[in-house]
Amino acid sequence: MRRGAVASWLAVAGPAAVVLAALLWSSLGGPRPSTIEERSQAIATGLRCPVCQNLSVADSPSGLAREMRATISTQLRAGWSPDQIRRYFVQRYGVWVLLAPPQRGLDLLPWLVPAIGLGLGLALWARFLRRRAPAETEGAQ
Amino acid sequence: VSRRRPWVGVSFVLVPLVAFTWLLASGLGKDPRALPSELTGRAAPTFVLRELDGARSVALAELRGQVVVLNFWASWCAECRLEHPSLMAAWDRYRDRGVVFLGVDFEDSAGAAAEFQAERGGDWPLLLDPGSRTALDYGVYGVPETFVIAPDGTIAAKRVGPVSYSWLTDRIESALRTGQAA
Repeated sequence: MRRGAVASWLAVAGPAAVVLAALLWSSLGGPRPSTIEERSQAIATGLRCPVCQNLSVADSPSGLAREMRATISTQLRAGWSPDQIRRYFVQRYGVWVLLAPPQRGLDLLPWLVPAIGLGLGLALWARFLRRRAPAETEGAQ
Repeated sequence: VSRRRPWVGVSFVLVPLVAFTWLLASGLGKDPRALPSELTGRAAPTFVLRELDGARSVALAELRGQVVVLNFWASWCAECRLEHPSLMAAWDRYRDRGVVFLGVDFEDSAGAAAEFQAERGGDWPLLLDPGSRTALDYGVYGVPETFVIAPDGTIAAKRVGPVSYSWLTDRIESALRTGQAA
């Protein structure tokens, strides 16, 4: 393979590897919540406060959000899993109560669009580099 | 050298732009205050709650066979003042026909709630909900919120925001009819 071609593939693969590593890091990294308070906080962060405008249950100072945090802690102490607790609130408030949309049906769209955009961008970039590379090597010879 | 095809580049910009605009525009047609109702048709969560004066308590399970109008409200809530005359009128019409009205005081002090009732009238039981447990069980977003519970214990209707007299009478009448049919 010519040097120009190798360089242009590296120019695509390099940033792609960095993005993948960052995604992996963010999904795996971070300390796992261990105490009831930390686990309760983690669940409350993903729930929408019903009486607020776009605030999570963890961030809201409202009385209802405080009661929801207390309910989450009580349920955790009773041995409920985070999924069971989320289901408890979804059964009462609908999926609306989840700040992150569930990953199915039409709700998959917001999860897929960034990935599709990234893929398209990389493809365009690769095309651009591939077009430029032969021109450069011709010029060098 | 490949020929330039300008429509490729243009469509790369136009297609996402049109899709995004369509997405935003479709949101404009929706009522931002419309909230999903998950509980309609399901069994009403049970509760045993104390009345304001602390003397008696009310258990939903004991009201099986009757139509129950469950109204979440608070003395600090302006829309609750708006709907109060409708509740009073419906209460007057149905109190002798076996329909039970219950008010659940939401994030409020018992003193302020009692004052509200003394000032504005209405003598259906007002219940205290410590820790808003019952409000959470009913998925209450805010006050006022009203549930009509059918004689079989299922939630026949739910209203977020102030109720009108006609909303109440329509829902109560149809809940009474299901009771007679059963």
